Amino acid sequence: MNTKVTIAGVTLQNPVMTASGTFGSGMEYGEFVDLNKLGAVVTKGVANVPWAGNPTPRVAEVYGGMLNAIGLQNPGIDVFIERDIPFLKQYQTKIIVNVCGKTVADYIEVVEKLGDTGVDMLEINVSCPNVKEGAIAFGQKTDALFDITSQIKKHAVQPVIMKLSPNVTDISEMARAAEAAGADAISLINTLTGMKIDIHKRTFALANKTGGMSGPAIKPIAVRMVYQAASAVKIPVIGMGGICNAEDAIEFLLAGASAVSVGAANFFNPYATEEIVRGIEAYMEQYKIEDVKELIGAVQS
Amino acid sequence: MQKKKLTATVKSQQKIAEGIYDLRLSTELAAEASVGQFICLYPKDKSTLLPRPISICEVDKDKETLRLVYRVAGKGTAEFSGLKEGETVEILGNLGNGFPLEKGAGKRVFIMGGGIGIPPMLELSKRLSAEKQIIVGYRDRDTFLKEELEQNGSVYVATEDGSVGSRGNVMDAIRENGLCADVIYACGPMPMLRAIKGYAQEKGIPAYISLEEHMACGVGACLGCVVKTKNIDSHSHVNNARICTDGPVFEAGEVDI
Repeated sequence: MNTKVTIAGVTLQNPVMTASGTFGSGMEYGEFVDLNKLGAVVTKGVANVPWAGNPTPRVAEVYGGMLNAIGLQNPGIDVFIERDIPFLKQYQTKIIVNVCGKTVADYIEVVEKLGDTGVDMLEINVSCPNVKEGAIAFGQKTDALFDITSQIKKHAVQPVIMKLSPNVTDISEMARAAEAAGADAISLINTLTGMKIDIHKRTFALANKTGGMSGPAIKPIAVRMVYQAASAVKIPVIGMGGICNAEDAIEFLLAGASAVSVGAANFFNPYATEEIVRGIEAYMEQYKIEDVKELIGAVQS
Repeated sequence: MQKKKLTATVKSQQKIAEGIYDLRLSTELAAEASVGQFICLYPKDKSTLLPRPISICEVDKDKETLRLVYRVAGKGTAEFSGLKEGETVEILGNLGNGFPLEKGAGKRVFIMGGGIGIPPMLELSKRLSAEKQIIVGYRDRDTFLKEELEQNGSVYVATEDGSVGSRGNVMDAIRENGLCADVIYACGPMPMLRAIKGYAQEKGIPAYISLEEHMACGVGACLGCVVKTKNIDSHSHVNNARICTDGPVFEAGEVDI
């Protein structure tokens, strides 16, 4: 049975990756799962300088999921290159670094510093709803997305994945803008902007007032958007949004995703990623599927 | 010691005060649990997915039992309060750093707990060899765990309504009884911990305080449960320590609360 998938020339041993921001750089979950078994580890977003992130409370539970407003806290690219990349290189998994910034120049600085580090791919975060400058500001208009994608492509050594926001009117036109600007792949969905109010305290549950919603409650929206995006472009799509088990992951593959990312489920079940890898294999065995690629976009009307 | 998620069996559960439950779990995690650490419990109801952090009240290594005393605060803890003997619950542990016993060994110490911050102080009061003054604050005469604490040191009680001990909070109890110490250990609500930090600074003594914050993963990955710190820590490279992993116990002077 073949579980390998190839995205922009990079071959993953299986289509299961981690979703940025839910898995650190793998160290914390290395106690629970064998990182060697994962298709790729996608790191927490990293900027050109350290970011302190938002005040607490930063997380809140909602029905079937959670809200977060971490605000892209990160140690900065220099520490990341020195500490996190050598850690991940010990494992037989691909390394995808999620990149964030306040300005296009910030993103380019990080992308350039990653050029000779041997990481496999870059995922560009233009969709975080929790920071005031940068991030989502580049991901909600087609012209801004086109502009930042093409500028990053000029400086990137590795293939570039643009991570798209679901907080847009038409996901297809965003996907097409990224493709037209030269993106090698797209990933979606990032979190949906949400809010929770504590009726007893009469306060916002998050200090940031709004946060990004993730978890199984958002999955149907994510499957729909992955299907629309995959139908709109020829570049590979990486699907995510509420994936908790192998059945969820397979749904995304059928919708057109070439690989999937597991996010909030890591918090509910620290073994989720490895269980999903095994679950996909069991499904392939059950339905006598020789190659996982047969599942990609195989949904029928 | 490796963190694990596993299935624990309920040995017993009883309500010990209004909204306060005493749950004993049979689990191999007891073998390595240390004072001031916590575990997470996962609700079975899949609309409530995040693990609930609960401090360890007592550890019985021989019987492989962890005792948790917790307050029902929402859907997850309400579900746990219905757990019966023989039923199972998914848990994650052991988490966090715990209290540094060596800092208070042989000294005059305050062991201070407020409300649902009292439970972890029971195991601490058992394990610490020192001149122990245990100061606990409650809302009213529902003074859960008081008798057990009295077996491990001199107990001073404060209640908000004045029904038992000093009227007011743990700081009022210290003043009223003219107590002093060389080292403080504390767990409780943030206003209490702020007052203790101020008191410790005034007296020039160390205070080891256990913090809580909303968290998603419990293992240091999500960066949800941070506290501002005086120094830039080696993990974040900003002034943000993770309560779940770098804490929950911090020396009060290190954190900005």
